[in-house]
Amino acid sequence: MTELPLPPALIYIVGALLVPLLPGRIKSIYLLILPVAAFLVLINTPAAAVLRFDFLGFELVPFRIDRLSLVFAYIYLLISLIGTIYTLHFKSDLEKVSGLLYAGSALGVVFAGDLFSFFVFWEMLTVTALALIWARRTRESQAAGFRYLMVHVFGGLVLLAGIVMYIDEQHSIALGHIGLTSPATYLIFLGMGINAAWPLLHTWLTDAYPEATVGGAVLLSAFTTKTAVYALARTYPGTEALIWIGAVMAIFPLFYAMIENDLRRVLSYSLINPVGFMMVGIGIGTELSINGAAAYAFVHILYKSLLFMAMGAVLYRTGTAKATGLGGLHRSMPWTALFCMIGAASIAFPLTGGFVSKSMIIDAAAHHHLALIWLTLLFGAAGVFLTSGLRICHGAFFGKDRGQRVEEAPGNMLFAMGLAAFPCILIGVFPKFLYQILPYPVDFEPYTAAHVVTQLQLLLFAALAFTLLIRAGIYPAEQKAVNLDADWFYRKGGRLFYLGADRFFNTLNRTAEQLFIKKITGALAGFARQGPAHLAWLLLNPLWRLSLDRQEQQRRKAALYRSFATGTMGLAPMAVLIALFLGLIFLIGN
Amino acid sequence: MTEQKKHLFDNPKNSRRLIYALIACLLLLLALEPLIEMHPYFPWEEWPGFYAIFGFAACSLLVLAAGYIFRPLVKRAEDYYD
Repeated sequence: MTELPLPPALIYIVGALLVPLLPGRIKSIYLLILPVAAFLVLINTPAAAVLRFDFLGFELVPFRIDRLSLVFAYIYLLISLIGTIYTLHFKSDLEKVSGLLYAGSALGVVFAGDLFSFFVFWEMLTVTALALIWARRTRESQAAGFRYLMVHVFGGLVLLAGIVMYIDEQHSIALGHIGLTSPATYLIFLGMGINAAWPLLHTWLTDAYPEATVGGAVLLSAFTTKTAVYALARTYPGTEALIWIGAVMAIFPLFYAMIENDLRRVLSYSLINPVGFMMVGIGIGTELSINGAAAYAFVHILYKSLLFMAMGAVLYRTGTAKATGLGGLHRSMPWTALFCMIGAASIAFPLTGGFVSKSMIIDAAAHHHLALIWLTLLFGAAGVFLTSGLRICHGAFFGKDRGQRVEEAPGNMLFAMGLAAFPCILIGVFPKFLYQILPYPVDFEPYTAAHVVTQLQLLLFAALAFTLLIRAGIYPAEQKAVNLDADWFYRKGGRLFYLGADRFFNTLNRTAEQLFIKKITGALAGFARQGPAHLAWLLLNPLWRLSLDRQEQQRRKAALYRSFATGTMGLAPMAVLIALFLGLIFLIGN
Repeated sequence: MTEQKKHLFDNPKNSRRLIYALIACLLLLLALEPLIEMHPYFPWEEWPGFYAIFGFAACSLLVLAAGYIFRPLVKRAEDYYD
């Protein structure tokens, strides 16, 4: 009798439900133990462990392990621990429970072995992420959350349609390599792409993440997009379209990131760039490039969350994340500034995780002689260091001093940042730690003199340009603004549609009401009300014309109508009418 | 590379020192280049200072294009969508 494995997703999801029941201190300890416990269970689970059920003739495999799943699972567990420490002092149960459920769903996706389990966990990601956005309880976050929901419901439906059609074709629900063949596979591709923030499908990310809570944004940046990276790496490795999609993703968000005011929105746009790198890595499809994509995903979660934590701490202490309202905070928040700089450096500097992972993808592109892609990625690498690193540090911690003197971030937040910064450097100095958990054996040496010197040249000369532009006063100033993006279509465009529909349908409604209800029905009602009175008058009129004068006729007519209207009639006329009526029936009946 | 940088920059002399340090690093990197064994995949990698110029140009291009071309096109008032 083989033992059933205990999936980390189950530990998180069931564990989350107990959180609201626990009192203060115990709750905090419990929250810290949960990720550690899940990690210990996972590393003690044999590699061949699997959960299988028969379900309506299909084989459900909600849990199975392989190297690709593991590398994502490890970083998910680590980041959920870091996120928990970061938000430990916040009181919101909603956030804590949602955070655990969110991480649990992501863990569920990466270990799912069949399309059905995959889809269920995938949709759970949407719902739980929504809670993290709405937990902020501001008007903007409610609206942004609603838009997030709409986009992800749409994406989920596209994915579901694709999955259903695919299962119909394949007669199996096994999750494995799919590849772009039938229309079903295109739908699945697109459904995953929405979660991966592909160009034009990316606005949910840049719209919603900055509106999330201080701790929520940290978790959000880690799970949804990287789970999509995992999914695409599992099902569509080597798909050429991903190379081009990724290249676009490496460039376009940088322009937005340069001009955005809300620094967390800058981080959100900058997030799309590395995910683009991962798309390219998956698209190239070789062992090196897929290793690169997985390695970069691992490292990216670390440094991105570090940057979001630093900005979250700034938001928490100063009340704003807008560049127009920030500057000079290195004086009051020196540790946060330091961690922010480590996060910035980890994007690509030698001795950091970014250097040893990103270079794998760039090298893979070079191996394949994809010159244009390689140049694009290089531009993207320099650019993202500028927007996600230099601009963030400069805008919040250095730059123009706005005179704010706030407290340094609370100890648990600093500890969480340190806990994220440490592996960033550790992996940079000892890349073997990361390389040994990558899906394929690694035959890559990042620390060649050529790599180091050329990369340093790239980054430091970019930094020089940044410095000179600022000194020369040509650097564009921070401005309060909203920048138009693809979401214009469903925000403004949606409003126009709503106005048009409102005009059209309400006019139709009013006209129909006038015509059918007031006029026609009114006429009918009037007839029904006054019909018998008319009839009676028709019968009596000739009599009256003979015997009464005009005035008396009018008076009696009015009295007649009134008596019919009020239902009070004299006995005699009533008797006559009844007799007539019965006579009529008798006649007709015979 | 990224050491303690708190309160030091209140003193303009220190900012200037940092910039000199940066420039020193840059010159060092340029000087090292001929001494390094490159395994170029592309012909342009062998041009002297390719990465340096690329980094500088990419950054300048990004900042200037974003600020002076892109922003005027997409910028709207903060309450545009409300």
